[in-house]
Amino acid sequence: MNRIYVDNAATTKMSKAAIEAMLPYLEECYGNSSSLHTVGQLAAEALFKARQSIAESIGADIKEIYFTSGGSEADNQALISAAEMGARKGKKHIISQKTEHHAILHTLKKLEKQGFKVDLLNVDGEGNVTPEQIAEAIGPDTALVTIMTANNEIGTIMPIKEIAAVCKEKGVLFHTDAVQAVGHIPLDVHDIGCDMLSLSAHKFHGPKGAGALYVRKGLMPSCLIEGGAQERGRRAGTENIAGIVSMAAALKEAIGNISENTPRLIAMRDRLIKGLSEIPHSILNGSIINRLPGSVNMCFEGIEGESLLLLLDAKGICASSGSACTSGALDPSHVLLAIGRPHEVAHGSLRLTLSEENTPEEIEFIIKSTKDVVEYLRNMSPIWQDLQEGKRKYVIQ
Amino acid sequence: MLYSERVMDHFTNPRNVGTMDNADGVGEVGNVKCGDIMKIFLKIDNDIITDVKFSTFGCGSAIASSSMATEMIKGKPLSQALELTNQAVVEALDGLPAHKLHCSVLAEEAVKAAVKDYYDKNGIEYDKEIFAQTHDCEHCGE
Repeated sequence: MNRIYVDNAATTKMSKAAIEAMLPYLEECYGNSSSLHTVGQLAAEALFKARQSIAESIGADIKEIYFTSGGSEADNQALISAAEMGARKGKKHIISQKTEHHAILHTLKKLEKQGFKVDLLNVDGEGNVTPEQIAEAIGPDTALVTIMTANNEIGTIMPIKEIAAVCKEKGVLFHTDAVQAVGHIPLDVHDIGCDMLSLSAHKFHGPKGAGALYVRKGLMPSCLIEGGAQERGRRAGTENIAGIVSMAAALKEAIGNISENTPRLIAMRDRLIKGLSEIPHSILNGSIINRLPGSVNMCFEGIEGESLLLLLDAKGICASSGSACTSGALDPSHVLLAIGRPHEVAHGSLRLTLSEENTPEEIEFIIKSTKDVVEYLRNMSPIWQDLQEGKRKYVIQ
Repeated sequence: MLYSERVMDHFTNPRNVGTMDNADGVGEVGNVKCGDIMKIFLKIDNDIITDVKFSTFGCGSAIASSSMATEMIKGKPLSQALELTNQAVVEALDGLPAHKLHCSVLAEEAVKAAVKDYYDKNGIEYDKEIFAQTHDCEHCGE
């Protein structure tokens, strides 16, 4: 079967360049960069170059990049670092918002148990938080503001530059989880004005198991993994050289392709939104304007997302949903609930996240297939029957 | 794979899907907030289930459980339908993932609710113990 992969916010296929970059560090230059012999020093040199390349890719200095195992670790390290820095000055208040990734939310929960006060700001119906909300929430004891660059589920791009400016003015550290944005939209840490930024290789056609945390010069991140002196003593463990080198290659390539890929992705994304919106009682989740180029998320009333995904998969379409059943959780997506979707509507969500490898023909096939599957599931849904017979009121008009 | 072949078969080719005009018994269980509602329609003749239909809003395992449960009670006397347990549905489906067992419970309850509806409509006496709620949704408490 021809598979159509439209779950690129979950993970991406590695690019040829990323795979090729990695191979020599698996086969020949397999050394430990801490070793003094030639094989080790070849690894050390590759690590240096990769760090330099990644720093350049986001407008940072080489000393500002700390390699991690991925986005989650980078997020954990950023938040714990800022919390510890704040606590030393008696500042124990952290501001974030409700649609953050669980790597942020769960770390904040942990910090809360350690005595930090955490404020999760509400978002508007498109998943946006405003600089004004941030300004209002900041107090004298605020240690950190952490707001994601773009949402992984609904694709909404946050006004992080304006938020960073507010934080700077008030002397509060600002971190952004840019895992979904790096390599997809132009980003520069100085242009944003952030103090810390998380990124993850497998979201931009790099390998899984590699990520990085940008930490502005002058700030010292906390060490979460104790051991050797790798990452200037801030993250122990023999470096994943092959993964890091591959991540650098993937990022360079992704950024180089942004201007060419973006209009194509936006055209396919908007066609998908338009086509799926033809389904009665459907609604787009997230902003139509401030949106990641490849991200589509829709709710269809009267059906449940897992069965939708399984039937799309049977047609070769690999997608994702915020339904509770897809995650094994009891509640549907916290993001969809935060933007005001009621439970029953949030259960019927579908996320399609495109890459440049998708084609307009695939988009047409997805539209057709989704229409068929939604209709099929609605025909066997007692809720849909109740809606149609007027026994229940439509939530989505 | 998340689901057994049996589950996928009953999910992708569900048996007895549909509604029924003038059903003798109708049972609806579940909660829209939790993401699954199951409705079972029974045609009953001389205490025998001569026809059964279902409509389900829910995940793959909810649809497969409904389909399997209707197959298991079709043509059977009511007494036998009332003995249908969620474990029997799970076994017939070659198992369900742990966090989906709830769906098989719904199937058992939907069958019972439909039989109870038939009894109530026809003023038939029954042992209330059979229909004692055995299961509470840990999510919404309903």
